[in-house]
Amino acid sequence: MSEAVVALINVLGILIAVLSVAAGLIWVERRLLALWQDRYGPNRTGPFGLLQVVADAIKMFAKEDWIPPFADKPVYVIAPAIIIVTVLTSFAVIPFSPAIGVVDLNIGLLFFLGMSSLGVYSVVLGGWSSNNKYSLLGGLRGAAQMLSYEVFMGLSLMGVVMLSGSFSLRDIVEAQRGLWFCIPQLLGLVIFMVAGLAEAHRLPFDLPEAEAELVAGYHSEYSGMKFGMFFVGEYLGITLISALISALFFGGWLGPILPPLVWFLIKMFAFIGFFILMRATLPRPRYDQLMAIGWKMLLPLALLNLVVTGGILLAAGG
Amino acid sequence: MLGLFQSIWAILKHTFRRPVTVQYPDEQFDKPPRFRGRIILSRDPDGQERCVACYLCSAACPVDCIALQATEDERGRRYPAFFRINFSRCIYCGYCEEACPTYAIQLTPDFEMSEYQRQNLVYEKEDLLISGPGKYPGYNFYRVAGLAIGGKGKGEAEDEDPPVDLRTLMP
Repeated sequence: MSEAVVALINVLGILIAVLSVAAGLIWVERRLLALWQDRYGPNRTGPFGLLQVVADAIKMFAKEDWIPPFADKPVYVIAPAIIIVTVLTSFAVIPFSPAIGVVDLNIGLLFFLGMSSLGVYSVVLGGWSSNNKYSLLGGLRGAAQMLSYEVFMGLSLMGVVMLSGSFSLRDIVEAQRGLWFCIPQLLGLVIFMVAGLAEAHRLPFDLPEAEAELVAGYHSEYSGMKFGMFFVGEYLGITLISALISALFFGGWLGPILPPLVWFLIKMFAFIGFFILMRATLPRPRYDQLMAIGWKMLLPLALLNLVVTGGILLAAGG
Repeated sequence: MLGLFQSIWAILKHTFRRPVTVQYPDEQFDKPPRFRGRIILSRDPDGQERCVACYLCSAACPVDCIALQATEDERGRRYPAFFRINFSRCIYCGYCEEACPTYAIQLTPDFEMSEYQRQNLVYEKEDLLISGPGKYPGYNFYRVAGLAIGGKGKGEAEDEDPPVDLRTLMP
């Protein structure tokens, strides 16, 4: 009985916390971008503009939820839900602290990779069902980008899996008691970061949206809360990738003095900030450049990382 | 690849730079001295209206937002019976100020004149007139013009010689 209650509290707590963090990130991102562009950003609504999130949410909910008559209705409605569902499901395997976390799957990492692959459907179906050239182009780009970056995203994590000998995220965090994996797996970390940016289709890898070329890409036709779900889904994606980086490469909840959850959150928000810094800095590559970076540079590097890590482990453990 | 990190570092350094934003309604900013804003009608140093109702501003106005009617007082001084500027039309080009021969019409740095009703943007003479001489203190058109009005005959203006009797110029 009490176990079920604890599990329920865990599930609801993580769900609410993650959704509020994702919504709050809209404010954080705007303030940080403004800081780096010598502006103030939203600072009028409430203290430091914090109520901007509330104002945005009210605006989103109050907007007309319009479905274009030429759209493929059922698919059009389902597409924004997919990204939210897949990303939120991925959060089930994230170990926030020894006590907090929904499940401890022994294939946690594979579960995450599978869920992020399913997330592609959101972009593709959203772009396809909108029945709009630009949306379709955005959807196609999203499909190609996310599928190709998925490949070495998985490969870049295999070094971590080899070092810890487990796919379970809790075991991986525990295996970093001696040394955080960001040092032996530096290459893996960099590759995972790039792939994570591409998976969350964040700038500079936001080619599915590419507002300079494709209106708003796959969600051009979306309005109201359906657009809001794509929007929140993107921020959930950054949160997820940041949480994973801190768990896989930076020792998750491990750290002195402060409670485990605090350490996890500090690391997670540091990477969220870093992703926003990347957005503030880097221009969007051309589409063929994106594909070239993926297949010609990062994939061989990921394979190299895999081979070298495996070789060293064999030699050391042999 | 190195350039990538250089640009990230360059952006990161902006963390400690002051924002360039002027948070306008809370902070005011310095307007340039020749800023062209709300139009006013100025007065002589002795408190009389400068405007002589010559219609030059109205003629110069590219959007025809100035309307006035000339009249004359008992001393022979011209002045506008009414003077109306429709600020919902005005484009603040300053041609009226350039055209004015008496420095009566002037543009000021004030631009905060929003209204909820368009009709309220039509300013009458009593809204436009200010109590002072504006940008040209000390200038008094009737004191320097040769025109005779009540209280100032021919030849009594500043730097003006008394009228010459034409018959004394005979050879």
